[in-house]
Amino acid sequence: MANADCIVIQGSNMAECHPVGFQWVTEAKARGARIIHVDPRFTRTTAVADKHVPIRAGSDIVLLGALINRVLTDGLYFEEYVRSYTNATNLISDNYLDPEDLDGLFSGYDPATNSYDNSTWSYQTDEAGVALRDPNLTDPRSVFQILKRHYSRYTAEMVAESCGISESDFEYLLESITTNSGRERTTCFAYAVGWTQHSLGAQFIRTASILQLLLGNMGRPGGGIMALRGHATIQGSTDIPTLFNLLPGYLPMPSAGVHDTFDDYVAAVGTPETHKGYWANGRSYATSLLKAWWGDAATQENDFAFDYLPRINGAHGTYQTQVRMLNDGVDGYFLLGQNPAVGSANGRMQRMAMSHLKWLVVRDFSLIESATWWKDGPEIETGELRTEDIDTEVFFMPAANHTEKAGTFTQTQRLVQWRHKAVNPPGEAQSELEFFYELGKRIRAKLADSDDPRDRPLLDLTWDYPLDEDGEVDPEAVLAEVNGYYVGGEKDGQPLDVYTQMRDDGTTAGGCWIYTGIYSGGVNMAARRKPRTEQDEIASEWAWAWPANRRILYNRASADPEGKPWSERKKLVWWDTDKARWVGADEPDFPVELNPEAHSDVPFGGPSQLDGDDPFIMQADGKGWLFAPGGMVDGPLPTHYEPQESTIGNPLYTQQNNPLRKIMRREDNLSAPGAGFPGSEVYPYVFTTYRLTEHHTAGGMSRWLSYLSELQPEMFCEVSPELAEEVGLEPYGWATLVSPRAAIEARVLITERMTPLKIGGKWVHQIGLPYHWGVGGKGAWVDGDSANDLLGVTMDPNVFIQNGKYVAGTALPGRRPRGPELVDFVEKYQREAGLTPESGNELVTVPPEVVDRAAEASSPAHTGGHNERGGDSAVGVTPGRTYGADESEDSGTASAKGYSAPTDSGDSAGSGAGASGAPEGAGDRESGGEQPNKRVDANYAVDGDPTDGDPHFGYDAEGNPYTPVDPEQPANAWEYEKNARRRAEQEEEEN
Amino acid sequence: MSAPTLDSGTVADGHWHETTQNRKGFFTDTSICIGCKACEVACKEWNHNPQDGNFEILGMSYDNTGELGANTWRHVAFVEQGKEQIEAARESGRKLVNLGMPSIRPRTDETSGPQPVGGGLPSSPQLDVDLLAPGALDPVDFDGVDTTPPDTADFRWLMSSDVCKHCTHAGCLDVCPTGALFRTEFDTVVVQADVCNGCGTCVAGCPFGVIERRDDGTIRPPTDRSGEEYPLDTEDIPNMHTANKCTLCYDRLVEGQTPACAQTCPTTSIKFGDREDMVAQAHERVADLHAKGLTEARLYGANPNDGVGGTGSVFLLLDEPEVYGLPPDPRVATKDLPAMFATAGIAALGMIAAAGLSFLGSKRS
Repeated sequence: MANADCIVIQGSNMAECHPVGFQWVTEAKARGARIIHVDPRFTRTTAVADKHVPIRAGSDIVLLGALINRVLTDGLYFEEYVRSYTNATNLISDNYLDPEDLDGLFSGYDPATNSYDNSTWSYQTDEAGVALRDPNLTDPRSVFQILKRHYSRYTAEMVAESCGISESDFEYLLESITTNSGRERTTCFAYAVGWTQHSLGAQFIRTASILQLLLGNMGRPGGGIMALRGHATIQGSTDIPTLFNLLPGYLPMPSAGVHDTFDDYVAAVGTPETHKGYWANGRSYATSLLKAWWGDAATQENDFAFDYLPRINGAHGTYQTQVRMLNDGVDGYFLLGQNPAVGSANGRMQRMAMSHLKWLVVRDFSLIESATWWKDGPEIETGELRTEDIDTEVFFMPAANHTEKAGTFTQTQRLVQWRHKAVNPPGEAQSELEFFYELGKRIRAKLADSDDPRDRPLLDLTWDYPLDEDGEVDPEAVLAEVNGYYVGGEKDGQPLDVYTQMRDDGTTAGGCWIYTGIYSGGVNMAARRKPRTEQDEIASEWAWAWPANRRILYNRASADPEGKPWSERKKLVWWDTDKARWVGADEPDFPVELNPEAHSDVPFGGPSQLDGDDPFIMQADGKGWLFAPGGMVDGPLPTHYEPQESTIGNPLYTQQNNPLRKIMRREDNLSAPGAGFPGSEVYPYVFTTYRLTEHHTAGGMSRWLSYLSELQPEMFCEVSPELAEEVGLEPYGWATLVSPRAAIEARVLITERMTPLKIGGKWVHQIGLPYHWGVGGKGAWVDGDSANDLLGVTMDPNVFIQNGKYVAGTALPGRRPRGPELVDFVEKYQREAGLTPESGNELVTVPPEVVDRAAEASSPAHTGGHNERGGDSAVGVTPGRTYGADESEDSGTASAKGYSAPTDSGDSAGSGAGASGAPEGAGDRESGGEQPNKRVDANYAVDGDPTDGDPHFGYDAEGNPYTPVDPEQPANAWEYEKNARRRAEQEEEEN
Repeated sequence: MSAPTLDSGTVADGHWHETTQNRKGFFTDTSICIGCKACEVACKEWNHNPQDGNFEILGMSYDNTGELGANTWRHVAFVEQGKEQIEAARESGRKLVNLGMPSIRPRTDETSGPQPVGGGLPSSPQLDVDLLAPGALDPVDFDGVDTTPPDTADFRWLMSSDVCKHCTHAGCLDVCPTGALFRTEFDTVVVQADVCNGCGTCVAGCPFGVIERRDDGTIRPPTDRSGEEYPLDTEDIPNMHTANKCTLCYDRLVEGQTPACAQTCPTTSIKFGDREDMVAQAHERVADLHAKGLTEARLYGANPNDGVGGTGSVFLLLDEPEVYGLPPDPRVATKDLPAMFATAGIAALGMIAAAGLSFLGSKRS
């Protein structure tokens, strides 16, 4: 970032939420970079930026799309880069129809499943499967021309009308990013949850990716898109995930009925038959993982114990799990560093859900609200819950903090840094490592005599870590396992150096392929701390970055197609003709001996078939995707839809909201009716939530510390002087804020830092709400109402992040009612607005004939294309998806996910996948979502549960549950399991 | 000699002495402060200072600790300003440069020549002495430079981390009757809690309102000094009923460490080092900002001619000092002692004369 000439911070309050990383923005500014902050609020980031561009929350695609439009029409793109390194020249199926043709829908829409069949989004290919291209960029089916048409109506006037950004500010932004891009200069984007927490957040990031590819800012110093992660090692918990649908290194979690054999599974990860990037070696990565976990029990004969892996049968994200709890479908719950009673959207739903558990384990430093809701939560006060009625058994386990345990933190830029233990934890506090090691030991001891085959995976685990002098697991031993090692042969037990050494025959083991090399030569590379004064700016000897210690991903793109640096000023890696290899300051992110002129006619076959100008080596075709033929469930090109609950009509399409957004039609999750519907005037203002520097997410690490609490002692809301006048709010007095879900109170900060915006001829007032406070908890210095109680659960369909940045509501002066009156108060507004579970939840708002046209377009234009090679690969994406359906029916994985994303240079993964930050935990654990498909909708499990968000199993207009579409569908998960077991027993008997 | 900008008079009168250390100080560049308050927290953590206040919103933007005091030794001010104030600040800053005075306003009442006997202040250094960084005294040549300030905002949010100034002529030190306050080998000013008797004279002696007694306002004998009045804090509170202020992390300096606030500052807004280097950096930075048209930038505490002889903690401000709650023309209380003594002497003579006259008069009557 320090090398950027212009930094656009949008969807992030970087100085406040990532103050340490912000030092590089400060550094860039000192070197002369221009800093622009695009944000609804004037924040501490804005205070040190060159320019503030206030924007209406949720309208980012209009702004970025308009920039793309001007870059294309004014010829401001980096032509040589675009032509060589992106898929601009690819031709797209003749059957592809754009939202411009379908009033907001894409071709392939299936109203029965509310999903897209993306076969019409694929590349045109010849009979051999080689993609057809138009090097002149003039073919109307070329990606370049499609892009141009798609954004043609995204204009400066549209930006003024929809985002509230003046034309002069727009021109300033355009001028800034275009004059600071090209051979000599680079522009960097930075975002955080201001982009992800929307019902189309992953597409916000995609839009920025398109812009950065057009400007040639990917894979180059000072370029890229920084995905700012919300707190320490959120990146790490995506790499070695706490996500339900991923295994370490972005391998997908196998799906029941889809990945029944190891071969099925490996096909979904990536094979040489489908890929030419590094995902082609998927079998080696998966095999090594299984060997690491099950050691000698993983053999060639049993497919390396592939059947020991659990399977998923749908979405098991945080919010789906909450709903299942409410339906008494979940017995127990572990909360580790998470405080959902305060930190997750729709807090009341979270707390009510926990009251249905049989047991709950909270591991934290203090008695946070999630540990005490049963006696002092808001629902106890309102009488909705009574302590004596709650059967949940709550266990509190004290946790060691970061100074009391060793391990790694992986930060935004994929840098893995070792953290030494400074002191032993007090009392009975334990590290996570210690806790789970002990838990595993005890469970295994209990099962030691079991001969039930279902216990084998636990008993066969390699659970044999050496202990240190304190009797705790040596964390470096875990690092060594993550790194990987040889199995058998003369190198038996020796650490691997790089992931290309992994084999698919069981002779290597490794816990996370992208981390291979972190323990190279038996040295803890993450603990390296060579001072900056003793090495160059890349600082390759400070800690270790995945993969292979590369500091800038896709850095092949920092050189021109011939392999020469684009400019002296921005040189990073280049082709050394004499040495016949790639060299430079950074570790080349490319086959090191692959000549820039190399060309292969085969569109797959693993890394050996990469062309010399295919810098995006994790994409199946080696190119940066302007148009995403696969990977995004809600469209190959980002398209503006209004946020859920928006009070503004979509200025571009009849389709108001993202049709694929994940909704939950529930009485406890009501939505405002949305623009144009009666009742929307009851909730006229926009709440947008955020964090403050002084506090940490849901407050578990800050409200219990007096030094931090005193700095921001009370919950407040930020309003403009205009709104304060309109509502009658007094400076530092009280305001009550009401959403369709809840009402909270907050002190009032009236400030010009909030700007009313004129949108579509009317004033839109945004109200800023930090979300760090909660009610209940024991021993906190400060408490207060939680902003997250106001939020509803409406999710991005790619990664299942809740929309926390645009919430409809109203404000009035004074404090909120107490006790049972609070419930009546909220309901009064709901009645006034006439809310039902249907309100605001209409998915498709275009006329039926348009839906029909969208559905009709299917079949790809040419046979022999990707579909027959297995969809994904068509376009290759990463694994990470795919439950349900065979490969020909669905395609890629979220390209906004992980390493597959063409989104970064210095930065990594994460993108959409990673909800960092707010609301704490929830998003983090949600991220990296899966795609729906015809067999299993990603938003619900196959449990016949009418309430967990499936659009077809919801409530009707009267509020009665719909009958499940499939009458054979069992009523719930338990029924389903029982039936399955019964069937299996029957089969056995028959045999 | 540790401080080349000081003359012998200063050394004699400002409790200065020969040391092997260079004078240490801070340069707080408020133009890159992001208001994270990490300095406040790091300071309290390191020094075991109790928290401040009653956990209620203060009503001063994002500032909830209010001011420097016995417990808060770093304090971040937040100031929201509209366009008019920005323009006024830019204009006032430009004038400072055009006057060749990048620091705060020059002292006009400085007397030169021999000091009165018993006087506390040295003579004014001559302006031809290299007091300031190269070029800093020269009015910036605006010809050919685009001085249009980039994107004059309609609004700005100033943040500034304040701290004890560690004055060249420290009022607190001058008036301390017990010798609890002393000048260290780093030429900083530190209270010795075990010597301080809590008399509070220093509180009135500080022209910046920095030093404060840690108590509830009542005097208690040392035998009755407990932390009861801070019931919110469970930990033992050190140094109750004594005067407290920033030590410039004396305990860290003696170990060759950086003060906690500077160490933690993520954007290097707080810089620590030899005072001479700090002042030079400050001049460089202010000249740089002026060249970019940001004429609102000016220095505070870098002028050895000001009322405290310059400060160890130097600041780059983006508006008049008053805006940040800093006195525009701080004067050490003891500065006026010579004049006061003289006046008092004259008055006393007058009184004696009057008394004598009255006796004479009575004799006559």
